[in-house]
Amino acid sequence: MNKSRFLSWLYGETDVMEDILELDETSDESREQLKREKRRLRRELLRSGRAKKVIGAETKGFYALYHVVAVVSCIMLIGVLLFAVANLPRYGEENPETTEMVARYVEKGVEETGADNIVAGMILDYRAFDTLGESHVLFTALICVTILLRLDRKNMRKTYEDYYAIRGERFHDISREAIMRNVAAVLVPCIFVFGIYVLLNGQNGPGGGFSGGAVMGAAMIIFSAAFGFDKADRVFSKRLGAWVTFAALSFYSAAKGYVFFTGANHLENHIPKGTPGAILSGGLILPLDIAVGMVVAFTMYGFYNLFMRGK
Amino acid sequence: MVLTLTEILKILLLVLLVVCAVSVNLTKSLLQAVIIFLSYSSVMCILWVLMESPDLAITEAAVGAGISGTLFLLTLRRLRAVDDIEEGGEDGK
Repeated sequence: MNKSRFLSWLYGETDVMEDILELDETSDESREQLKREKRRLRRELLRSGRAKKVIGAETKGFYALYHVVAVVSCIMLIGVLLFAVANLPRYGEENPETTEMVARYVEKGVEETGADNIVAGMILDYRAFDTLGESHVLFTALICVTILLRLDRKNMRKTYEDYYAIRGERFHDISREAIMRNVAAVLVPCIFVFGIYVLLNGQNGPGGGFSGGAVMGAAMIIFSAAFGFDKADRVFSKRLGAWVTFAALSFYSAAKGYVFFTGANHLENHIPKGTPGAILSGGLILPLDIAVGMVVAFTMYGFYNLFMRGK
Repeated sequence: MVLTLTEILKILLLVLLVVCAVSVNLTKSLLQAVIIFLSYSSVMCILWVLMESPDLAITEAAVGAGISGTLFLLTLRRLRAVDDIEEGGEDGK
């Protein structure tokens, strides 16, 4: 196999198995006929009394098993959860694991992380591996939606007309409406700037990676809804989204992945923390914020895109 | 006991929150349920601001009231539950 063909398969442009695998060439009409024939046979089978009894017994047994499995798995899940809750410290009880950590975070947080916003200091410095897992959960969710809903290039809908033509429905193109277009032309830049502000200001004020990324994702959704897929594809293509998400996640993993091996103890930090309150402060918090924000924004937009034009 | 204006507002919003949460379950039309759920998110967003956690409020407004609403509506369209919106006769079929 030559290289360009391999690359084009890697990007999902061509299907390697296209000429090798047999395709079902039966026309729609004969398929309909087959379906009708099948239904007729099934009806006839059901009409004879004995078959009815047999089929009824079979399904009854199956459903009984179904209920038993459902009840057993529910009870097991409840048992596991109750066991976990029973091991938690009692509410309000003196518990060094929690109280000491909270005191340490509140008293020394600004000094140790260099972030004025103590929440950002916690989630991106002390507990950075939690956020690492969260961004990977988002990425996994996006991959699952892609596997379920993505169509190849031949079937991908470029416009709303295609979408409704395939489904045989009336269509109402919201991107042709003057109100939607004019409002979006004013609103989208403002929402984007607000999202970037929230993203970059995470270590000083309220906000951070997740909220900033969600605001930017909403702006991308409005852009796509108001100006159509073809224009949105020119700016935020699927390949750009994949590369940005990949780069952000690998940067985060490279920066904080080691904590899984050191038992959540941080290595000595050589990046200057800066003065708390300045934009370039908090050491690694700002780059990590940007990475999380990129992942969240492209995940939200990807969800919308796949739900809108996917299968 | 004298309640300040903020506390009265908080109590009103909490009552509204409970009303929204209950009426989502009682609504028969799926579209109405989604819209009530979005208003639940908006009320929750104001409550986060009153509870002095503005970063959660930003996230709630963007995700709860914005993006999840879009995804819910798209799912409803895929289920063909909102086909008749344009004729004004949505009967939640």
